[in-house]
Amino acid sequence: MDKIIDKENPHFFSNTTNNADVKGKFFIGITQLAVVLIIAILFIILGIIVFEGREKFSWEFISSFPTDGMTKGGVLPAIIGTFILVVVMSIAAVPFGTITAIYLTEYAKENSKIAAAVRFSVRTLAVVPSIIFGLFGLGFFIQFLGTGLDETFNGGELHWGQPNILWASLTMSLLTLPVIIVSVEEALKTIPRELREASLALGATKWQTIKNIVLPGSISGIMTGTILAVSRGAGEVAPILFTGAAYYLATLPESLSDQFMNLGYHIYIMSTQSSDVEKTMPIQFATTLVLLILTLSLNLVAVIIRSRIRRKSK
Amino acid sequence: MKNTKIEVKDLSLYYGEKQALKNISLEIPRNKVTALIGPSGCGKSTFLRCINRMNDLIPSVKITGEMLVEGIDIYDKNVDVVNIRKKIGMVFQKSNPFPKSIYENVAYGPKINGINNKTELDEIVETSLRQAAIWDELKDRLDDSAMGLSGGQQQRLCIARTLAVSPDIILMDEPASALDPISTSKIEELVHELKEQYTIIIVTHNMQQAARTSDYTAFFYLGELIELGKTNTIFTKPEQKQTEDYITGRFG
Repeated sequence: MDKIIDKENPHFFSNTTNNADVKGKFFIGITQLAVVLIIAILFIILGIIVFEGREKFSWEFISSFPTDGMTKGGVLPAIIGTFILVVVMSIAAVPFGTITAIYLTEYAKENSKIAAAVRFSVRTLAVVPSIIFGLFGLGFFIQFLGTGLDETFNGGELHWGQPNILWASLTMSLLTLPVIIVSVEEALKTIPRELREASLALGATKWQTIKNIVLPGSISGIMTGTILAVSRGAGEVAPILFTGAAYYLATLPESLSDQFMNLGYHIYIMSTQSSDVEKTMPIQFATTLVLLILTLSLNLVAVIIRSRIRRKSK
Repeated sequence: MKNTKIEVKDLSLYYGEKQALKNISLEIPRNKVTALIGPSGCGKSTFLRCINRMNDLIPSVKITGEMLVEGIDIYDKNVDVVNIRKKIGMVFQKSNPFPKSIYENVAYGPKINGINNKTELDEIVETSLRQAAIWDELKDRLDDSAMGLSGGQQQRLCIARTLAVSPDIILMDEPASALDPISTSKIEELVHELKEQYTIIIVTHNMQQAARTSDYTAFFYLGELIELGKTNTIFTKPEQKQTEDYITGRFG
């Protein structure tokens, strides 16, 4: 800005007064400060976690069970629990989300009231606080569905009416559903009309066109949505708090009706319920590091796939 | 005309409130090439897309009148639009091969019709590519992606893909408008050969192309059919003043 203004006659090009100029510089300064702060915050967080967690972080840490009242050992069951959680969650949420997205982009008429209602629900679902999902899971899946199942099939014996992997995964899938729906919708829309018309003009039905042309072209979009959902699901704790996560388990879960350990929940426990803070602090940082590496790398993969789709659709 | 393939009676088409086709009535002869000409926005492409009910895809479109193909009104409630499109193929303005192999592009139509026998499919693919005069160019690279072909090759592949479903009628919507002169002349030769077996309706902006390729020509203007006649007659002594003005380049 300064350069184009004539030194001799500073107001030749613009009629800004000196006062306005000072104000302008002040606000530029504020925006620059904000940028620096954002970057600094990120690096401070990452820096502390890497620095504090590096000591404990090792192959042994990620491949062994916690020992000595969780003051020693690793986080293997929490990693495996998190893994099972996101797999079961994806099995439930990806088909459901994909089908919803197909309805919204392919079948719903432009001014359809049902589609508008679905879109509104998806948007609302996306902003519901995650603890609400946790409470919903407790009330609906465990107390209503689970207890109902037990009363109908087990003669009231407690089996499904308590927290487990299945209910936690289903609760988590509700939380991640909007992510999947939006990603898949975006991918479906990138399939050009010309290709759909070519298929229809050959006598393909609408469903044949979707199955043979639209869905194969959207695979990477569906994958992006899945990965984003998985990385979201891997990091959330609130939805599984009451629906399946366990404080400590000596064995790995064997069925969907077992409880499980989870990385995020493990961090929460380590920081609030520890018997010996001095000893557990490094474990807590290392667990955080594991979780961060997991979610960041999943997001990175999603970003790479997404940018490839964008390039292809151009 | 005794050899009428398509008979259109009083066909009108509306986009919402706007009328795009006004009371079109005409007859299209069997195994001939009929060219639809007229300035941009005259309704010739819209009319073409009525013949295989492609306009069904646009929600606000309303169509009245009759479109009789072999005496059957294709807009009748009992007629299945999927069967119509199998019998009435379409080649689009912009070549639109599927992002699949050359083989898979041609085999797509037969496959969705339930043909899964490999020998049978191989045969259809070869016949169709031969008919589209592109077999010799492509026979050694059938498994390559169709996206790697040149524009002209892609368009002939799209024609082969249409032929593979064995239609009666082929609709062509400015099939050569995006191609270079050599590719264009190949497409025109192809049209000439294909009319032995098929009834062809071709929309074109290019007057010379209409004159070269077609037996009959229909001139559309502002959503109305002004004149339909033998191409020779239309281009030498048209009955309507508007047709003459357009053909001699006084407007449009």
